[in-house]
Amino acid sequence: MFIHGGRNETLWPLIGPPAVWAIHFTASYVWAAIACAKTTHEDAIYLTARIGIGVMTVLALAAIAYASYHAWRVWGFGRYEPPHADDTEEDRRRFLGYATLLLAALSAVSVIFVALPAAFIPECTW
Amino acid sequence: MTPLLSATQTAARRTLPLALCLAAAGCSGPQSALDPAGREAETVAHLFFVMTIGGAVIWLAVIALAVYAGGFKQRTLSEETGQRLILWGGAVVPTLILAALLAYALWLMPDLRPWTREAMAEGGVKGHVTAEQYWWRVRMEGPGGPVESANELIVPVGQRVDLTLTSPDVIHSFWIPALAGKIDMIPGRTNRITLRADRPGVYRGVCAEFCGESHALMAFTVRAVPPQEHAALAAAEARPAAVTSGEGLRLFLEKGCAACHAIRGTEARGGVGPDLTHVGSRPTIAAATLPNDQASRERFLRNPDAVKPGVRMPGYDMLPPAEIETLARFLGDLK
Repeated sequence: MFIHGGRNETLWPLIGPPAVWAIHFTASYVWAAIACAKTTHEDAIYLTARIGIGVMTVLALAAIAYASYHAWRVWGFGRYEPPHADDTEEDRRRFLGYATLLLAALSAVSVIFVALPAAFIPECTW
Repeated sequence: MTPLLSATQTAARRTLPLALCLAAAGCSGPQSALDPAGREAETVAHLFFVMTIGGAVIWLAVIALAVYAGGFKQRTLSEETGQRLILWGGAVVPTLILAALLAYALWLMPDLRPWTREAMAEGGVKGHVTAEQYWWRVRMEGPGGPVESANELIVPVGQRVDLTLTSPDVIHSFWIPALAGKIDMIPGRTNRITLRADRPGVYRGVCAEFCGESHALMAFTVRAVPPQEHAALAAAEARPAAVTSGEGLRLFLEKGCAACHAIRGTEARGGVGPDLTHVGSRPTIAAATLPNDQASRERFLRNPDAVKPGVRMPGYDMLPPAEIETLARFLGDLK
């Protein structure tokens, strides 16, 4: 789904990085909420959640990096100037690659911002 | 220049410093987050100034750039420079600034909400505040068990105060701007706040979440006093009422006041309204709406709804003025 492949252009790879962001966001919030509802201060439920969010963040960033690389490749490694608005197959592919790359950058920043509270806040505010 | 315009400008020049002074005077006082008197409030004020100055710098930079681009720049940029400007000025720099501000705010959070295990194990004053339409039930832990009071919080300077907060009716919000940040009081949920007053004084707390028609009249007084004085005041608060007999108390019981109000040491044990055991010692009545003097107490007894629309207490206007006066005097004597 992440890869702009072959000859047929498809919009699916475009939503890959934002989808990773959405899944990471939901999983982080749900995990933290459940951990804080269950923790008793004697256990490590919240610590596990913090570490888990850290691991999910690394995985999400890896997935976004993977999608970005392919998007970069489809775009042509920056050899061509945007806006790629011509009515040609090449320009359509370059446009999709470029747009995916920009969305990947936004998604990567968002994933990091979503994960930052877990890095800074040491305990649940029960 | 027309004389009228000139006069207006002169007037503006004369009044501007005055207006600025007035505006600055609004920054201090018993209910100002910009004049912090406690550790938590200091953190909030610090965050506010960092964010405001940071925002002002960004605003100035953007406006300066717009003025430059609109008024002074003669040649057009090359496409490459334009794209580089968009990339750095539109994406990279804002992302870095936002990341720095977010990290700074998050780094402050444990200090703003110090609910850590270590902090909870620390000593300090503990209590429970319930926000009710439109007053505050205050129950402080004492050596002899919890002591109930209302609309007044007495805290020792330099010591932690841990409060659990809840509400039985609607969402309220607990805010003493000079001492700490605000936190909602939500039915069915217990929130906590910790605060530490560093400067003795009288501060004002307010309800910061619209809770009904008298929301703006739902406030309380916070007295920060040295620890020794606090111990004495807490002991006084724990004692039964100063007046436990007489005409005033007879009227209080006979006219039905005791159905809702308690006066410890007497038969009055109602739990609906504020505990009145030491109401005479409080600086205000009706949740910091009126000063605690004879005229205000009489006025409130006669028609509470005129003072605080929506209040649950019925009016006692049907009582003869002499009885109202006796009741109000009795309440004032409950020191």
